[in-house]
Amino acid sequence: MSRSRIGLRLAALGYLSLILLGPLAMLFYRAFAHGVSGAWTALNDKDTIHAFKVTLEAACIAVPLNTLFGILCGLAIVRGNFRGKGLINAFVDLPLALSPVVVGVSLFLLYGRTGWFGHWLIGNNVQVLFALPSIVLATIFVSLPFVAREVVPTLREIGQEQEQAAYTLGASGWQTFWRITLPSIRWAVIYGVVLTTARCLGEYGAVAVVSGSIQGKTETATLRVQEEYENLNYAGAYGISLALALIAVLVLVAMTFLKPHEKAA
Amino acid sequence: MSISVRNVTKQFGEYVALGDVSIDVAEGSLTALLGPSGSGKSTLLRVIAGLEQPDTGNVFIDDRDVTGLAPQDRGIGFVFQHYAAFKHMTVHDNVAFGLTIRKRPKAEIEKRVRELLQLVQLDGLAHRYPAQLSGGQRQRMGLARALAVDPSVLLLDEPFGALDARVRTELRAWLRRLHDETHTTTVIVTHDQEEAMEVTDTVVVMNRGQIEQVAEPRELYEQPANEFVMSFVGQVNRVGDSFVRPHDFEVTRVANSTTREAMIKRIIHLGFGVHVELVRDDGEPFLVQMTRDEAEGLELQEGQIVYVRPTRETTFS
Repeated sequence: MSRSRIGLRLAALGYLSLILLGPLAMLFYRAFAHGVSGAWTALNDKDTIHAFKVTLEAACIAVPLNTLFGILCGLAIVRGNFRGKGLINAFVDLPLALSPVVVGVSLFLLYGRTGWFGHWLIGNNVQVLFALPSIVLATIFVSLPFVAREVVPTLREIGQEQEQAAYTLGASGWQTFWRITLPSIRWAVIYGVVLTTARCLGEYGAVAVVSGSIQGKTETATLRVQEEYENLNYAGAYGISLALALIAVLVLVAMTFLKPHEKAA
Repeated sequence: MSISVRNVTKQFGEYVALGDVSIDVAEGSLTALLGPSGSGKSTLLRVIAGLEQPDTGNVFIDDRDVTGLAPQDRGIGFVFQHYAAFKHMTVHDNVAFGLTIRKRPKAEIEKRVRELLQLVQLDGLAHRYPAQLSGGQRQRMGLARALAVDPSVLLLDEPFGALDARVRTELRAWLRRLHDETHTTTVIVTHDQEEAMEVTDTVVVMNRGQIEQVAEPRELYEQPANEFVMSFVGQVNRVGDSFVRPHDFEVTRVANSTTREAMIKRIIHLGFGVHVELVRDDGEPFLVQMTRDEAEGLELQEGQIVYVRPTRETTFS
């Protein structure tokens, strides 16, 4: 290996360590600086457990919905033949470009007291803001693009010939989707689901605006970190952060296991 | 079953793929759609299959108007140039697909798949995936898959186009034998005139979305309908207003009143035949074919001056 290539590798590794691994290592160090007990107590706190439950609930609704939407959207973008296709393609990326805080504020404007739906919601006694529905809406919004983004290039790559072959063999559109299209894009879907899940668990900005961060009620895991931090309960903040980081690492491991499959398929 | 196409047109944007095309394919025949790329031959096949909808016109299979029917309901088998193998299924499941969709009893499916794999000589490879097969094997699987549902017509879109020359020749001969046994009405799209001439009973020559001629292979070569067919099917030299096949020349070493002077530029030995590239006295290049014995008898050499006379000319008014 040439000297310049070694240098390049060192530079890349050094940069990654500084930017990514350094902060994570610090987190590990500080969470256990005063023994395991501080972090453990914080994780066993009933509000913390509730916060994880809220995060999980939001993810359990957002992930299946966005998976379904992502597949349909991918099919529409790649296989569809209608005006406005380009518009859909561009809109799918919107949540990636928009700051989550802006998403939160716009949800607030829509469902708040003076918003378009606000009046009707109050009249019918439906609580959206400062409750689970708003958390779910915000989570769905920010994690929307990932499945579609994975599915679109894969659908383009596999082309339409296999589907047309299925038609000539007598398969209906529905049968073709289940037996040919979906199995062909399954790794892209799984990969998209993993990314969507990670994004749902980590969401902070949009949820912070709409949920109201009510302890034991509308607080999510990420909001709980902020809460503990502000209350100067650092061991707790680090402990919860660490739990979130570990989930992220698990997701990462899952992703690296899935990637080679995707190429082989 | 017979196929009949009536006044079909198909445009892709501004591009006219088919301009008012009508053909009849006789029951039990093996017909080629022959033409250069962009001639509309594949589009015509896909219109027959229902994979493309014509802008105007009708398609009949066995006298039934199928124009509005989906490909599923036309009773066809289709073989794709790039195999369109179901990559996530084994060879067995690929071939069984049409029968599984039709919910046939399991025992019947197994029996039929076994028969078909034997027919296409893939019996040992039932549990392989398409990625583990060669191109020729994949296309044989594609054929078995199409045949599994007992199609009334078999449509093949440049089926051997992506294969190497030796495998192509093998599969051509095999397709001909298969047709002789089953007599399924078959339409094959090809840009290879040799393939069309060798395999089929009837050749439909297409060019720019139009049909130029429908004829038996021999008639096509000997009585081409126009300039395009003459020059597309086989090699041809242009001599003034007429056309001469390379083998329709007499070459001599001595001049007479009917001959023309030419210089030998290159002699190409192709086993039995010899190709001689010549330049006429007015600078026009042309090609003459003769047997090896003829070339040896004349003692031809590159750079030599010879005298040539066309023995058979074709003129189109």
